[in-house]
Amino acid sequence: MTVERWTDEEIDQVIGRLLQIGVLIASVVTLAGGAVFLVTHGHLPADFRAFRGQPAALRSVEGIIGGVFARYSPALVQLGLVLLIATPVARVALTLVAFILQRDRIYVGLTGLVLILLTYGLLWSR
Amino acid sequence: MTILLFAPLVALGAFCAGLLGALTGLGGGIVVVPMLTLGFHVNLRYAIGASLVSVIATSSGAAAAYVREGYTNVRIGIFLEVATTIGALVGAALAGLVPTSALAVLFGLVLLYTAYRSLDLPEEHIVTGHPDRWAARLRLDSTYPTPEGLRPYSVQQVPAGFSLMFVAGTLSALLGIGAGVVKVLAMDRTMHLPFKVSTTTSNFMIGVTAAASAGVYLHRGYIDPAIAAPVMIGVLLGALVGARILPGAPTRKLRLVFTVVVAVLALEMLYKGITGGL
Repeated sequence: MTVERWTDEEIDQVIGRLLQIGVLIASVVTLAGGAVFLVTHGHLPADFRAFRGQPAALRSVEGIIGGVFARYSPALVQLGLVLLIATPVARVALTLVAFILQRDRIYVGLTGLVLILLTYGLLWSR
Repeated sequence: MTILLFAPLVALGAFCAGLLGALTGLGGGIVVVPMLTLGFHVNLRYAIGASLVSVIATSSGAAAAYVREGYTNVRIGIFLEVATTIGALVGAALAGLVPTSALAVLFGLVLLYTAYRSLDLPEEHIVTGHPDRWAARLRLDSTYPTPEGLRPYSVQQVPAGFSLMFVAGTLSALLGIGAGVVKVLAMDRTMHLPFKVSTTTSNFMIGVTAAASAGVYLHRGYIDPAIAAPVMIGVLLGALVGARILPGAPTRKLRLVFTVVVAVLALEMLYKGITGGL
């Protein structure tokens, strides 16, 4: 079997595995972050009636990564959630690779468009 | 209440939502937002952010199992994702402009429609050998496994299905739900996909659709770690346990319970939305 001859079924298998791994990693990071967060912030009152937004360190991928390095526990929880949001994006990226290998021009275009829209949402939107 | 008490209680509620969603096949995402707003007095925007994250978790978790069984039509999925992701980005842009009272009313209406739809099971109507121009061009027609071997199906009314999926994407972003009820309308009733193909393909797309708007909401500060994390973990565990005990569960009775719960939540959301209580 060469990579150029990937069948739809084989692609499905790889995609299924990727989604499982993504959800697993995201859950582990969220749980670990959540445990630390409960220790550092557990005593605070849980009042979420008013919408106050989030500090910059929890609102963007760069901010969150910076927050994790600064040992800011909410950022670690947020990293887990971002990894989860990124899982379907990785799935679309992998599907794009598969369609490129299959030389399926229409679907390379459609999948590329979906990937651009997702990347816009996750990295560039305001 | 402190966060130390709040987080486990939210996780427990989310667990029940995920369990019920998996056992009834109706998706638990739709009850997460009412649970958070009505039960825990969480602001609607935080609730929508947390619910979207949990929708991604259950969709990706379940899709992993479905995709390997060979029911998912990846081409239909990608093609319709163009409509749902554009819809989701439009919905996320609108969400900032729409007052929460209007969002609550819209949520109530979608809940009412879901309760109504969960009562009648649609009949399967598979079409073969009647090609749609777009389906042929995009090579959407395929086969799916049955006990008698692979069975072919032809996809119908592609433009109408595509437009409905745009609406599904917009609703998903505005309300933080998977919008499975609109996707069923598009894929079962309009495009005439076999049930197994439509449920698995729609589940496959829900994660991608929710990821588009979740990214936007992250930047707007809708995703609060103290709310979204327990919701995500709870719903995911509930869905996993639900899938495990599904064989042998009284699905019919549970659907009825689900319908009643959704109908009550619908009325309460409508009431709170109209009286401005959220």
